Amino acid sequence: MDLAVVWFVLIAVLWTGYLVLEGFDFGVGMLLSILPRGDSEHREKERRVLINTIGPVWDGNEVWLLTAGGATFAAFPEWYATLFSGFYLPLLLILVALIVRGVAFEYRGKIRDEGWARRCDVAIQVGSWVPAVLWGVAFANLVRGVELDAEHQFVGGFLSLLSPFALLGGLVTLSLFLLHGSVFVALKTDGEIRARARRHASVFGVAALVLAGGWAVWAQVAFSVAWTWVAVVLAAACLVTTLVANRRGSEGRAFTASAVTIVAAVVLIFGSMYPDVMPAVDPANSLTVHNASSTDYTLTVMTWVAVILTPLVIAYQSWTYWVFRRRLSTTDIPAPAGLSLKKVREAAFGGASSGGSTGRGLTDGSGSGS
Amino acid sequence: MDALALARWQFAITTVYHFIFVPLTIGLAPLVAIMQTAWVRTGNERWLRLTKFFGKLLLINFALGVVTGIVQEFQFGMNWSEYSRFVGDVFGAPLAMEALAAFFIESTFLGLWIFGWDRLNKKVHLACIWAVAIATNLSAFFILAANSWMQHPVGAIYNPETGRAEMNDIGAVLTNNTLWAAFPHQITATFLTAGTFVTGVAAWWMVRLVRTRKAENVELARDVYRPAVTLGVIAMLVGGIGVGVSGDIQGKIMYEQQPGKMSSAEALCQGQEGAAFSILTIGDLSNSCENVRHLIEIPGLASYLGTGHFSGPESYLPGVEDVQEQMTERYGDVTASGDPVTYTPNLAMTYWSFRLMIGMAAGSVLLALMALWLTRKGRVTDNVWFARVGLVAIPMPFLANSFGWIFTEMGRQPWVVAPNPTGIDQIRLLTERGVSTVVSPGVVLTSMIVFTLVYGALAVVWFTLMRRYAVEGVPLSVRDESPEAQEPPDEGSDAADRPLSFAY
Repeated sequence: MDLAVVWFVLIAVLWTGYLVLEGFDFGVGMLLSILPRGDSEHREKERRVLINTIGPVWDGNEVWLLTAGGATFAAFPEWYATLFSGFYLPLLLILVALIVRGVAFEYRGKIRDEGWARRCDVAIQVGSWVPAVLWGVAFANLVRGVELDAEHQFVGGFLSLLSPFALLGGLVTLSLFLLHGSVFVALKTDGEIRARARRHASVFGVAALVLAGGWAVWAQVAFSVAWTWVAVVLAAACLVTTLVANRRGSEGRAFTASAVTIVAAVVLIFGSMYPDVMPAVDPANSLTVHNASSTDYTLTVMTWVAVILTPLVIAYQSWTYWVFRRRLSTTDIPAPAGLSLKKVREAAFGGASSGGSTGRGLTDGSGSGS
Repeated sequence: MDALALARWQFAITTVYHFIFVPLTIGLAPLVAIMQTAWVRTGNERWLRLTKFFGKLLLINFALGVVTGIVQEFQFGMNWSEYSRFVGDVFGAPLAMEALAAFFIESTFLGLWIFGWDRLNKKVHLACIWAVAIATNLSAFFILAANSWMQHPVGAIYNPETGRAEMNDIGAVLTNNTLWAAFPHQITATFLTAGTFVTGVAAWWMVRLVRTRKAENVELARDVYRPAVTLGVIAMLVGGIGVGVSGDIQGKIMYEQQPGKMSSAEALCQGQEGAAFSILTIGDLSNSCENVRHLIEIPGLASYLGTGHFSGPESYLPGVEDVQEQMTERYGDVTASGDPVTYTPNLAMTYWSFRLMIGMAAGSVLLALMALWLTRKGRVTDNVWFARVGLVAIPMPFLANSFGWIFTEMGRQPWVVAPNPTGIDQIRLLTERGVSTVVSPGVVLTSMIVFTLVYGALAVVWFTLMRRYAVEGVPLSVRDESPEAQEPPDEGSDAADRPLSFAY
C-alpha cells in the first residue's frame, strides 16, 4: 500500500485523537463560567470540580497536537511548511491560548488568593474559547481550499481565511466542544453539577445539530466527494443519539456518541481534502498526498515507529482514565492547598530570637502536608 | 529589521526562554525520583518530605517548560518554512519520534504522579516519576539528534530534482558522533543545574535553621536538609566531571566539523601551532580580525583543547581567515544581495558565550567545595556564606546552559544546516535561505512582541512561585497516602468516598 496514503490516514488519526480528547478539555474550560451556580464559595468548589475532571489528563491530551504537528513535519514537510507559515496569525493565537491555559491549570491552586484564582480562570477560558473556534476556522479552510501559488506557497493573506464558510466552521467546533464538554462533565461528576451539565448538553446539542448539520451539508455539496455523505449521516445520527442518550441519562452512551460525532467530522474533513493535503483555489497548485510527502524511506521508518508506539500510548493513556475513573463532586474536593503570597511561615524569616520554629508559628495558608 | 533578522530574534527569544526551564526539569526529575525511591525503600519520612518539597518546585518549573515547548514544535513551520522544506525529510523524524516516544510518557505519567498518590500502589506510583525522569532524558536525546543533524548532517543524500535533503540512513542520524558528544554534555549539564539547585536551596535552609540555635531546628537541618545537600553535591560532582569530559570531546569534534565556530571561539584569526587559550580579549565587536588583542593567555591550551596536542605540527589550529578562504573556495555562496558569504560567525558573540558557558561553572564548584567541607562527617553549619553562595550559585548553571546554546547556534552561522566537511556538499543551507518567504516582517514583529510580553509576565509568575515554595520549606508533617497504608473501608462505604489527596 502507498505509504503516503497511510500517513495521510495516520495524521487524520492523530487529529482525531487530539480533537476528541482536547475537545472535551476545551468544553470543560469554556463551561467554567457557565455551569457553576450558588454563592461564591460554592461556585468556587464547582469550578474546582470542573477543572479536576480533566486535571490528571489534559496535558497528555494536548500531546496529540504536538504529535500531529511533528508527524506532519516528518511525513509531509511541504504541507507542514505551507500550512504553518500560511496560517501564521491563527496559529499564533492558538499557541498563546494554549500557553496561558496550561499554566493556569497548573498554577491556579498554588496560591490561595481569590484574585489569583479569578485571573487563572480568565486564562483558562480565553485558552479554551479561542482554540475551540480557531481550529474549526483552520480546518474549514483546508476543506474549502486556499490560495496557493505555483510554488505551493500560501499567498491568500489573513483575511482570506475568514470566509463565511470558515467562520461557520469555527462555530461548528465551538458548539461540538461545548456539547462534548457538557456530556463529559455529566459523565465525570456527581451531584447538582451533573444534572446541570445534562441540561446544558441538551441546549448545546441542538445548537451543534443546526450549526454542524448546516456546515456539513454545505461542505458536502460545495467541496467534497460523494462517499463522505456517510460521515455526514453518521455525524447527524450520533448527534441525535447524544441528545437522546443525554435526556435518558445514559451518560456513557451520550459521551461515546459525541466522541464519534467528532470522529465523523474528521473523516468528512480529511475525506473531502483527499487526495490533496492542502487544496488550492487553482487545483494545479494544490499540495497533494504525493507532492507534499517525504521519501518512502522516511515514511517506512516512521511507520514502524508509529505502529509500535501508538498502541502503547493508547494503552497507557486508557489506563490513566481507568485510574481516575471515579466521579467527582464538591465533597471530594479537598481544602485549598495553596500558599499565601503574603504570609510566610514565621520561621521563614525568623532569626534566633523570633521564637519561630518550623514546628510552630504557622500562619494561614501554609504547611499543607500533601 | 527585515523578516530574517526578526525571525532569528524570535527564535532566539523563544528558545533561550524555553531552555531556562528545560535543564532543571531534566535534571531534577531523576533527583526527585531518587528521593522517592529512598523513601519507598527505607520508609524514612525525610525522603518523603524532600520528595514533596522538591516535587512541587519541579512541577512549577515543568509547567512552563511544557507550554513553551509547544511553540518550539510549531515555529519551524511558521518562521522557517523554507528550512522545513529543505530538511523535513530528515529533521522531522526525530521530532515526531520525540513526541511519540517521550512527550506522551512525560505528560501522561506526570499526571498520574501528581494525582495518583492515593490511587496507585506505592511502587507503581514510584514507577510513574521514573517514567517521567527517563522520558525527559529521552526527549533531550531526540531533540539533540535533530539539532546535531543541523550541526553535522549525516545519513542523508541530496535530491537535485527537489533541491531537498533526503534521509537514507536513520541509524546514521541517531548515531551521529556530534549527537553522542552533545547528549552526554547536555545531560550532565542538567545534573549540574539540578544538583546546584537542590544544594543551594537546602544550604540556605540548613544555615537558616541552625542559626535559630533551637534544638529541633538544628535537628531538622541535620535530618532532612543535610541529606538533600549530600544528594545535590553528588549530582554536581557527577554533572561537573561529566560536563567537563564531554565538553572536551565535543570541542575536538567541533574543530573537525565546524572549524569556523571553534576558531571564532578562540578569536584565533590566523592559523597557528601551539595556539594559546585567551581568557581576556578585546576587540571592536565589528566582527573583524584587525582589532583583536589577546590580553591574558594560557599558552598552548587552545591547541590542546582542539587537537589534544600542546605544540608541534599536530597542534595546528586553523584561524578565522583560513576558514573563510577555504570555505569560499569550496562553497562560494553569495547572499541574497549578491555579496560573497562570510563563513565565520560573529567573533565577539562566539568568543564570549563560549567563555561564559565555561565560567558560569565557577559558582557550582565553589558551592560543592563549601558543602563538602562544611557538612563533612555529619556536620551541619550556620555559616552565612554557605547560604549566600548557595543562592548566588543557583542561577549560574542556568546561564551556562543558555550561553552554551547561544554559542552552539550562533557559532554555526551563517549556516542553519552546516555542511559536513566529509559529507555531501549540497546538504547545506544558509540561515538566510531558511526563513519563511510568505510571512511579512510586520507579522513576525507582532508575534515577537506578543511572545515577549506573555513570556515576560510568565517569568515573573514562575519566579514568584519558585521563590515562595522554596521559602516554604519541606512540609511539617507527611503521611503515607498510598492505598496499602490506608485503613480498609468500612462496610458499605467505598475507598472512593475519601476526598482527593490532591486537587487543582
